[in-house]
This record gives sequence, structure tokens and C-alpha cells, in this order.
Amino acid sequence: MTVIVPLIALLLIGVSQLVSGIARPTVEAATIGYVDELGGFQQYTSQGNITLVRFDTPEEATDALINGDINEYFVIPPDYISTGVINRYTLEKQLTASPAVTAVINNFLLSNLLAGKVPAATIARIEAPLNLVSTRLTETGAVAPEQGGYGNLIIPFVFSILLALSIIFSSTYLLQGLGEEKENRLIEILLSSVSARQLLTGKVLGIGAAGLVQVAVWVISTPILLNLASSSISIGGFVSTIRLPANFIVLAVVYFILGYLLFAVLSAGIGAISSSSREGQQLIGVFTIPALIPLWFTSLLMFLPDNPVWVFFTIFPLSAPVEAIMRLGVSDIPAWQLVASIAVLVLSIIGILLLTIRIFRTYLLMYGKRPGIGEIIRSLKTG
Amino acid sequence: MLAVEVSHIVKSFVDKVVVNDLSFSVAQGEIFGLIGPNGAGKTTTIRMMMDIIKPDSGDVTILGEKLSESTKNKLGYLPEERGLYKKLSVLDSIIYLASLKGMDRHSAEEKASELLNQTGMLPHKGKKIEELSRGMGQIIQFIVSIIHDPELIVLDEPFAGLDPVNTELLKGMLIDLRNQGKALILSTHQMNEIEELCDRILMINHGRSVLYGNLAEIKSKYRSNSVLLEFEGELGEVPGVTEKRTHKGYVELVLDGNTTPQQVLERLVGTRIVVNRFEVATPPLNEIFLRVVGKTHE
Repeated sequence: MTVIVPLIALLLIGVSQLVSGIARPTVEAATIGYVDELGGFQQYTSQGNITLVRFDTPEEATDALINGDINEYFVIPPDYISTGVINRYTLEKQLTASPAVTAVINNFLLSNLLAGKVPAATIARIEAPLNLVSTRLTETGAVAPEQGGYGNLIIPFVFSILLALSIIFSSTYLLQGLGEEKENRLIEILLSSVSARQLLTGKVLGIGAAGLVQVAVWVISTPILLNLASSSISIGGFVSTIRLPANFIVLAVVYFILGYLLFAVLSAGIGAISSSSREGQQLIGVFTIPALIPLWFTSLLMFLPDNPVWVFFTIFPLSAPVEAIMRLGVSDIPAWQLVASIAVLVLSIIGILLLTIRIFRTYLLMYGKRPGIGEIIRSLKTG
Repeated sequence: MLAVEVSHIVKSFVDKVVVNDLSFSVAQGEIFGLIGPNGAGKTTTIRMMMDIIKPDSGDVTILGEKLSESTKNKLGYLPEERGLYKKLSVLDSIIYLASLKGMDRHSAEEKASELLNQTGMLPHKGKKIEELSRGMGQIIQFIVSIIHDPELIVLDEPFAGLDPVNTELLKGMLIDLRNQGKALILSTHQMNEIEELCDRILMINHGRSVLYGNLAEIKSKYRSNSVLLEFEGELGEVPGVTEKRTHKGYVELVLDGNTTPQQVLERLVGTRIVVNRFEVATPPLNEIFLRVVGKTHE
């Protein structure tokens, strides 16, 4: 996992270079036929790589399509002006026309409709009327140093995915280890050498240290990978716009450590009560799913960054680490939310740790059978 | 100083009392047998001695100290249910578990090699645990339980799964440890091993002590009033003998209530038979176990 993630990134860069290398020449010239039943559509038959060829009747166009002379054709019916309907014919099985073909047909129709009526520059503007350039200002009216945008989004998003993956991998790993020690009864030898508290602390810190090494490897490999990626022609342009949001590194480290600790103590508690590592992994799923929820709503978060739902996810401890890091990339998080989120996380970790210590020793030695909820609550009370 | 002193320990789980007011002590330089039927509370008692679980009430003292984290390094434990890290090599397993008992790597490695050599396991030190046979794994676990030179060693069913050669090897090592002044507690269902090795025993049933003390004294308390006789010649009527039971190679003479084995021996010497063996019959521990456990089951 530690080394695999940078390697996958490297592979992705390689593949994207390869694909872009193969893909560029294949944006090949296509020929689209058309039948003009309305009349007046003779100009602008060359649209970039695509050439438009006029046919007199649909039958001729169909023959040309079957013979492979054209890739597809469309018919402009006599009532086009009043209905706007264009009939398109193709041999391909597809859901809809590709955006490139739609744009070509659109521009061809627009240009011919407006030809001679407005200047060519206006036609070009009508075809692409909007190129929105946003600039963020500070309260003093100066241009803000941090401009936001997709370049700001990418690192927090990637980081939150990695955080979610690490949480799942490490809690699985901890559960597997504990389950194995329970299954092969090593736990008795361990507990006759160290206390339950020491064993629990050792497990959590061990997993935490492994997690930190992982983050360190990723953080160190990021600049190298970004450099490599920006040299790639296809994604280089975008990569060069990547910026780290303010406070990102500090908050990322804080949330990473807290997220790790939360799931480590949870896993240890679940590992103690479950009878096998497999059962433990099923149980921990109940808790790791909330950690993944923010990732499911990525697109909603991008378009509706101020929805109160995100505030809830930022403060709810199981989803907080991933949600907070993702929101950093989209918008500012008010200070009170960050304070509340971190406070709730810390309190949850302490609370779960105390509960886990109470049940850890008892249930580690109970083999073969998972205790019921009532029994666990009773032993939490009696400790 | 006593190696272990257990006084009035009680342990219950949920609403079942598993160990009920149990007291006993084990001296340094003795092998102590802990016996009892399944579910009697032996393992729970051992776990309380090993500080794996705490008693609800009562005290456990190890070498005069209250049980704590610091006394754990003086304990060695071979649990009944055994296991090691399957993917780890023999040497690494031993060194890791020894380090948990406070040994540094260098001395752990040195001592591990010595014990592996003594048990004939040295050629396997680089093998993974999963490559070993069950008996070999058990030898490794035994090494783990004694490598840190503990003062008290608790062995739960140490001979289960061992071949006769390894059983003898292990017995020899246990006697060596006793001669070095270590206290050993042996928990097993194999009564012949207890009779062979143990000086004193504790039998528990339903969490309570039912027999406790010197093995020879216990056996003499449970002896039936009969003697075993191996002889040549014609055995006629012997005064004081109410019944003769013939076994293969010997005869068991059941005495009446007023006759002692000594009187019978004197009377036999007066007859014409040649006495090859004369033995006061004591029941095997197995029989005592069945009688005591059977009685408390009623």
C-alpha cells in the first residue's frame, strides 16, 4: 500500500502519456453527409477535421453510408426552422452523438443560418458565447493569493481518497493480526508478558507509525510525481495549476493522525469481541462505510459546497477526517466547524479507548463465541 | 520463600462462579500438580496466577511480591491452547516472545540456540513455524516459556501431542529445572505423569479445592486395606485375610479390619512359600481422581 500508491500514480502517468500518444492521431478526419431539404446550407462544410458532404436525397446518403464513404449523415427537414428537429442516421450503436459531432452539426447549422446576416466575428461569439474567468478578491479588494478552482481541489481529493483507503487497510490489518492471535491462542502468551493496556497501546501505536510512514512516503513522492506528470503533454497543463490550499498540510496531518487513531481503537475493540478475523472485518465495515460516505457525494460537494449536510459530516467523527480534507479543497471551512470537528474526534477517540480497555482483556480470552450486545454493555458497566 | 501463594481467590464470569475461595502454595524447587476434571476452573486459576485476568477477590503472591507488571517477567507459561506466528521463523518467534519478557536480543539469541540445541531443534531454527510438526511447535513453545529463566513455570498439558522420545526429553528438562530451584506447576489429565513427577498436588472441582497436599500422604489416605503378593509355592489359608483376588502374576489379599499388612507379612514368612514381592496396595491417582470427582458429582 505504502509503495503501491505512488507506483500506481506513476503507472497512471505512464498510461495517460501512452494513451494521449495513441489518441492524438486518431482524432481523425471524419466525413458527415447531410441532405438539405430546407435549402441554404452550402457553406462552412469544413469544420476542423470533419468535412460535411451534401447529398440530394436520403437514399443517396444511405448508399454512401453503407459503402463507407461517409461516417454518418443527417437530414435538415423543410420545417426545421419551426421545429428545430434534425434527423441523424448512423451505423454505430451508440447512446447519443459524440459531443464533437454534435458541436460540428450545431456550428454548421448556426453558421449557415446567420451567414450574411451578421459579421463573422459575431457568429464565432454566438457559437461560444462564454469564457468565464473568475478572480477571488480579499476583503480589501486585492486579488486573493489563493484563487481556488480545480487546481486547488485535486490534492485534497486525492489525499482524502488515500486517507479513506489507509483507514480501511490499516483497520483490516489490525483486525487480522488480532484475530490471528486470538485464533491461534498466542494472545495468552502475550497477555502473560504484557498488560492488556500495553498490548492495546502497542497495537494502536504500531498501526499509527505504519500509517505515518505511509504518509511520509506519499508526501515525499508527490513533488516527484507532479514533476513527472507536468512533463506529460496530456495532463501537464492541468497539473501545473495544482496548488495546496492554505493550512492544508497542518490540517491534513492532524486529521490523518486523528482518523487513524479513531479507527485503530475501534478496530482493537471490535477485534477483542469478534471470534475470528473474518467476523471482525465484517463488523468494522459498519464503521468504515461512514468514513467513505464523503467520497460518494464528491460531485454534490463540488456544486453545492455550502449545504448544511457537509457541516454534519465534518463534525460526525467517523466521516470527519475524509470530509474535512475534501472540503478544504472546495471552500473555506469556518473555524468553529474545524474546532468542533477536531474536538469531537478527540473526545470520541478518548471515549472509545476507555471503553475498549474495559472490554479488551475479558473478550480477548473468550474464544469461539461473540458476546451479545447486552453482555457487552454489562461488562462495560462492571469493567 | 514460597514461589506462589494463592489465598482465597474468587472469580466469576457473568453469573457463574468459576473459582471459589481457592488457596494453595507452591514452594521453590518443587513440581506441583494441578488436576481436576474439565471445566473445574484450572485454566482460570492459572490465568489469575499469570495476571492475564484479575481475581474478583483474594490475592496472588509471587516470590513474596504482589502480582504486578514487574513480576510478569519472573513467570513462564505454556498455555493449553497453543499457537505461534505461523509466518515467522523459529528463531525470530523465540526472540520476539523473549523480548516481551524483558530479554535483549543478543542474550535471547544465545539462550535460544542453547535450548534449541538441547532439544535437538537447532537444525530447524530458520524454518517457519507453519513448516513444523505439532510436536515440534510444542517444543518451541516450551522453549519460549523457559528462555527468560523464570522463577515460576506453569505448564498446561505439556505432554499432549508429544512422542515418547520428546516426552522423556521434556520430563528430564522439568526435573533439571526443579533441581535448579524453580517452582513448576503441572496441569494435566495424565495422572501417571503427575505420579511420576509431582511432589504435591491440588485437585479442584467446581472451582473448589477437593484434595490438597503431599501425593504420598494422599495416596496412603485413600489406600484400601489390602496387599499385593507375588510368590512361589502353595498359599494356604492366611489368618486375617478375608478374600484372595487373583490377578495376572500376583494375588491381592484383602485384609479384615483388625489385621495390618505388617502382621500378614509376619504370617507369610512363617509359611513355606517364597515371597518375591510384597506391597501395600495404594490406589493409583487415577482411581482417587475418579472416586473424589465422582463423589462431588453426586
